Amino acid sequence: MAFGKYTGWKGLAYRGGLPMLSFLLHRITAVGIILFVTLHIVASFAMQEGWGNWGTALNVIYESWIFQIFVYFCVIFHTLNGLRIVIMDFWPKLLKFQRDLLILQWLIFVPIYILAIYIMATTNLAGG
Amino acid sequence: MQTRIIPQRGLTLDYLMWLFTRLTGLAIIFLALTGLGMGLILGARLQMDMVAVLRWTFFPNYNHVINSNVPDVTLGWVSAFWQVMQMLVVFFAGTHAANGLRMITEDYLGRLVPRNILRGFFLLLWVAFLVLAFSVIVGSAY
Repeated sequence: MAFGKYTGWKGLAYRGGLPMLSFLLHRITAVGIILFVTLHIVASFAMQEGWGNWGTALNVIYESWIFQIFVYFCVIFHTLNGLRIVIMDFWPKLLKFQRDLLILQWLIFVPIYILAIYIMATTNLAGG
Repeated sequence: MQTRIIPQRGLTLDYLMWLFTRLTGLAIIFLALTGLGMGLILGARLQMDMVAVLRWTFFPNYNHVINSNVPDVTLGWVSAFWQVMQMLVVFFAGTHAANGLRMITEDYLGRLVPRNILRGFFLLLWVAFLVLAFSVIVGSAY
């Protein structure tokens, strides 16, 4: 990208297509997972050490259904995209088929994610 | 005009962490599949919701899985083997994550903040995360 220049929001208009989208989503999902896991571990630690209501207060944040749907997206996408990156890095000949692999990745991702959301919506969300 | 910081060649932190990220990524997938497999052996298919399945998959800790409706959690889960597995998951994921955050931040703030300060900050964050997580694992051991 533009070296030494502040690109700001114009970066979003960069038309990199599917690979660029995966690059961005990989970063966003990484931060999402880190947020979830860190909150979760701090909450468990707080409960274990008996810090009053801190543990349960933190639980409310990441146990909400919005956060759960987001976390499922993060985990499944980050896993599949990471696997694709590892495969392409260790077998560079496959770089030629990057776009095909990406389409394959989305074809795997969508059914798994829809299934996860469906199961959550019918069992978990109904119970709060 | 300022230029971008270009990584050096050879056995540098960047190269080692590049390799580490890929290997631990694969390792976490295999560890998660192992946890999921053990969960299925203990009856995850019929007796749990999705959240409990995730619990068993990523962090098979006694306090953690006790919320799922499996009759006897202690049967297969409270052993040194599973504690080591948890520690491996935590160590791999924590290091993978700390390095990833460092890379993202260096990408966006590379020229604003001195690199040593940035790396020191993430080193502290990494150590704090591991201490918290390990104390949860050891603290909930039976």
